[in-house]
Amino acid sequence: MIEIVNLKKSFDEKIVLRNVNLKVYDGEKLVIIGRSGCGKSVLLKNILNLMQPDRGYILVDQVPIKKVSQRDLFYLRKQFGFLFQGSALFDSMTVAENIALPLVEHTDLSPKEIKIQVAEKLEMVGLPGIENLKPSELSGGMKKRVALARAIIMNPKYVLYDEPTTGLDPIMAANIDHLINELNDRLNVTSIIVTHDMQSVSRIADRVVMLHMGMIMFEGSVEELHTTDNPIVYQFVHAKMDGPIQPKPLKY
Amino acid sequence: MIKFIESIGYRTLSFFQEAGAVFIMVWRVFKYLSEVWRNRSLVFQQMLEIGVRSLPLVIFVGVFAGAVASVQTAYQLEGYISFNYLGAATSIAIFIELGPVLTALVAAGRVSASIAAEIGTMKVTEQIDALEALAIDPLRYLAMPRILSGFIMVPILTIFADFVGLLGAYFVAYLNLGLSPEIFFGSVKEFFTIMNVMSGLIKAFVFGGVTAIIGCHVGFGTEGGAEGVGKSTIRAFVLSSALILLNDYLLSVLLF
Ligand SMILES: Nc1ncnc2c1ncn2[C@@H]1O[C@H](COP(=O)(O)OP(=O)(O)OP(=O)(O)O)[C@@H](O)[C@H]1O
Ligand SMILES: [Mg+2]
Repeated sequence: MIEIVNLKKSFDEKIVLRNVNLKVYDGEKLVIIGRSGCGKSVLLKNILNLMQPDRGYILVDQVPIKKVSQRDLFYLRKQFGFLFQGSALFDSMTVAENIALPLVEHTDLSPKEIKIQVAEKLEMVGLPGIENLKPSELSGGMKKRVALARAIIMNPKYVLYDEPTTGLDPIMAANIDHLINELNDRLNVTSIIVTHDMQSVSRIADRVVMLHMGMIMFEGSVEELHTTDNPIVYQFVHAKMDGPIQPKPLKY
Repeated sequence: MIKFIESIGYRTLSFFQEAGAVFIMVWRVFKYLSEVWRNRSLVFQQMLEIGVRSLPLVIFVGVFAGAVASVQTAYQLEGYISFNYLGAATSIAIFIELGPVLTALVAAGRVSASIAAEIGTMKVTEQIDALEALAIDPLRYLAMPRILSGFIMVPILTIFADFVGLLGAYFVAYLNLGLSPEIFFGSVKEFFTIMNVMSGLIKAFVFGGVTAIIGCHVGFGTEGGAEGVGKSTIRAFVLSSALILLNDYLLSVLLF
């Protein structure tokens, strides 16, 4: 279980996360929605301690991730897969080397076994046989899927997806959503998915939260998301131009 | 006026802060030296990158530095001391000063700038974060192999530079003064002390480490896209060149 308690994060003067409280239960698929720039990626990075909160704390399986030693931090991180919004593939390495890196670094598997696992994961994300390409030779959507393969290669307990279907065609997006569901059902992975794709939300979410003005301002099921009378959520979900949210973000 | 003093105070503070950060980084990298064998392929790759790829440039610079040293020394000896000692005078200048300093300056341009650019690009494209997220310490994976290679390869490059520098020096001495190889290299040999070469190599060792450390430090501190990477590249080059010259002075005082 991941518990986020009273989290506050600002950059210089700008407050991004004001006070976030959130629990993520084992085995669930939690979707986080919110406007562009509202701090969703920042929140995910805080969970892995890639950024440190100014105030508040995060417990991963009861362990405060900000306080632990580097060794323990790395131990915790090995249980996570993180799909970066920008893929963050290592551009000096081939696709296969990218995906294999955690296995090479953290396990004693033989090169042959690693090769098999890499091929398997590439198959899962719908990109078989591209092992020897460099990231620069891939399209944006392909990079995203290679990054997804890398995120799940260690069979993590938690997977954090930062916009997994952005930049994918609708069919591929449906496939990736299916993959997220599969991982959840078959391997009991706990997933946090940040997305702007409302179709995805309907396909995958067990629970949805909306981040707005640095706080969790809605929490509920997909059904509740669509029927809520909260004007902000309503405007967001139904993509209305008129409503409480205006294109210029309010002053934080 | 108070503003001015404040800004001096602020800068001094940030200087010590930065120096402290460098020391902490070096200490943490140092602790990873026990894992060199496990990371041998990474280290080997960097030795190739830092050492072998710099070789053509170092040889080019070495030959010409030797040639210039020879011409200059001949000019200074003329009328006072026999040209028979030209080999000795030139070779000592090459071993102690020209070899290590020029090699390191060339390396500073090439190595520290390229390390800073590479790590800086990884930083701004979240690849460093990706390493962290995969539970891989960038200090072990990126910094340790580069810094170790800097310490080892720059002295080796210096040996090459010394050697080709000497050849360059003789070539010019032969062209200008018609010195025979026996006389030139005889005097090199006569005044040759292992101490001279060693002190040059000690300098090279320090310079090589400093170059790589600065490259890594500046690279990891990069912020703000392609522009930030460009700034880091320049900063790494300027800082490491300045530190090489400063260390050259300090080491010269210490070693002699
Ligand atoms: N390293 C940083 N330094 C300064 N400000 C930052 C940094 N990272 C993020 N921010 C700021 O924090 C805010 C939230 O950024 P974040 O990337 O989390 O948005 P997001 O919700 O993921 O948006 P999107 O949906 O567009 O990805 C932004 O306004 C951004 O300017
Ligand atoms: Mg984002």
